[in-house]
Amino acid sequence: MEEINALFSGFAVAMTPFNLLLMLIGVTLGVIIGVLPGLGGANGIAILLPLTFTMPPTSAIIMLSCIYWGALFGGAITSVLFNIPGEPWSVATTFDGYPMARNGKAGEALTAAFTSSFVGAFFAIVMITFLAPLVAKFALQFGPPEFFSVYLLTFCSFVGMNKGSPFKTISAMMLGFALATVGMDTVTGQLRLTFGNPELMRGFDFLIAVIGLFGIGEILLSMEEGLAFQGAAAKIRGKVVLETWKQLPKYWATSLRSCLIGCWMGITPGGATPASFMAYGVAKRVSKDGDQFGTGKMEGIVAPETAAHAAGTAALLPMLSLGIPGSPTAAVLLGCLLIWGLQPGPLLFVEKPDFVWGLIASMYLGNLAGLFVVLTCVPLFASILRIPFSIIAPVIIVICAVGAYTVHNATFDVWLMLGFGVLGYIFKKLDYPMAPMVLALVLGDRAEDSFRQSMLFSQGSLDIFFSNYLVAAITSIALLLLFWPLIGKLIGKKKAAKA
Amino acid sequence: MSEQTNNSNEDSVISIRVMDIITALLFLAVGLTVMIGSLKLGASWGSDGPEAGYFPFYISLIIMLSSSVTLYQAAIVDKEKKAESFVSRESFKQVMAVLLPAIVFVLGVQLIGIYVSSVFYIAIFMVWLGKYPIWKAIVVSVGVSAALYLMFEFWFQVPLPHGSLFNPLEFFGVN
Repeated sequence: MEEINALFSGFAVAMTPFNLLLMLIGVTLGVIIGVLPGLGGANGIAILLPLTFTMPPTSAIIMLSCIYWGALFGGAITSVLFNIPGEPWSVATTFDGYPMARNGKAGEALTAAFTSSFVGAFFAIVMITFLAPLVAKFALQFGPPEFFSVYLLTFCSFVGMNKGSPFKTISAMMLGFALATVGMDTVTGQLRLTFGNPELMRGFDFLIAVIGLFGIGEILLSMEEGLAFQGAAAKIRGKVVLETWKQLPKYWATSLRSCLIGCWMGITPGGATPASFMAYGVAKRVSKDGDQFGTGKMEGIVAPETAAHAAGTAALLPMLSLGIPGSPTAAVLLGCLLIWGLQPGPLLFVEKPDFVWGLIASMYLGNLAGLFVVLTCVPLFASILRIPFSIIAPVIIVICAVGAYTVHNATFDVWLMLGFGVLGYIFKKLDYPMAPMVLALVLGDRAEDSFRQSMLFSQGSLDIFFSNYLVAAITSIALLLLFWPLIGKLIGKKKAAKA
Repeated sequence: MSEQTNNSNEDSVISIRVMDIITALLFLAVGLTVMIGSLKLGASWGSDGPEAGYFPFYISLIIMLSSSVTLYQAAIVDKEKKAESFVSRESFKQVMAVLLPAIVFVLGVQLIGIYVSSVFYIAIFMVWLGKYPIWKAIVVSVGVSAALYLMFEFWFQVPLPHGSLFNPLEFFGVN
């Protein structure tokens, strides 16, 4: 099969000593980032991105994706040991992870978490290996209307799937689009919405938004409780690891189910966080020991961790093959590719197979490296959290400021970062979802371009979005998802009226 | 956020409902601004396709529509939410304790550069909130700043802000 051939050539690209070193550095940095509050996967990649400008794109994306792995693993450490989720997708891991640690079984809990993460991610990487080229081939037939309809589908599914108010989702999303339009218009060359301010000519960069929203906003939120990190001690000894590994195959069904949930949520714009909650909920209902979930059952760790990592990885599939990120972190990686002048999407597989397969190969290696690093270094990472908040908080903010500045060498961006931070704080508390806003900021220009090109073909008529079966199907699903909350309410009312 | 006390929750700085209303109004303001800006650019069909303001105009329209609904929901439909607090006084103080120094820090970054500002920022934070002795605070903050300098200016060759007003580092003979 040509995919296997391509994969092996990818391994050849990925396994240079330089790249392997970058993998290890990336994973270690990623775990540290995952452990610290305020620095998350998306955020950390955004901050470290300018450092990779001097590297060749393949090495750079390998390091950045390994940071992503590290962060995925790192979030579990604080969830299990400190009951503090280091990442939003580790929240479900605290439900059974922390009780297990309190019962003295921290080593088992951590091993279970890391191994499940590895399995989930591995499953998703294999899926990417075989599916991504297929999807890319399929998408080569896409024209601007098809692309726009897929963007429409992405954004409408946010509205449809979000539990909160659809209007808040729409507002947040549209705000992202509006921010994306500021700056120079690529088609007409005109300056849009800059109101004479030269600083706004550059437009709003999604990296700044991500650092502000997810970094500063996160810190402001954590500050509400004040902070006291008192966690269970943890050492992972070899014997514990082996014993836990013996127990894990018992949960193969949970694992498989969670992998599938995770892959699905990763590809559709759900992401790792909803995936972990869904997997936990399903496992709780289906398992024999379901009612004991929450007291420290290993299955309660296996389910969310597998799903979260499968989702986080699967989110890279639409990013690589369609150019549509399935999660905020994938959105940042997409932005990185754009900065390097690479066009993610079906053409990437055709024009730059070395890059794509090098990246996919590095995912296998990075996943393995991540598992190795976390299993051996847990006490080290855990001790980072014992550094008092009065030191860590300002240091994190300094790092965020550095990250924001180095994107465009502009101090204005650092102020913007603070602004986005306050915005993130307020949005989080008022239930305005931030993921669609970030996605809109990243994809806004491309969505607008496809819309404009489609309109040019059709001379201003919206019919073009229903002009062939494919486009019509996607657009219809998109509109269905958009109005789903309304439909759901109507169905509910009918049921209530009948009853 | 103004100091509006709420009738049932004495500890609260401001209620969720009021914040929702304020946020919805801000969204409306943003929508209006974008709309005006895009109308100036021309929001209809030009000679060779959509004008620059076409897309932003419709975006601003949607923002205004959806935030009007949010406003309506917050102001009229969710009246019971009056009781829920957006942030309590204690939490608000903690948040401000991080936000206000951060603002001063960024001001410092702009005026006197990041290296000196971060020394002050970290040291003051450690002494004030962490109650550390001054010598420890200085050691840590200078250490972090020096590490930043080495990593960015030397290793990665990425310049960080040196201050638009004046560069204190010049006194030390460092660029």
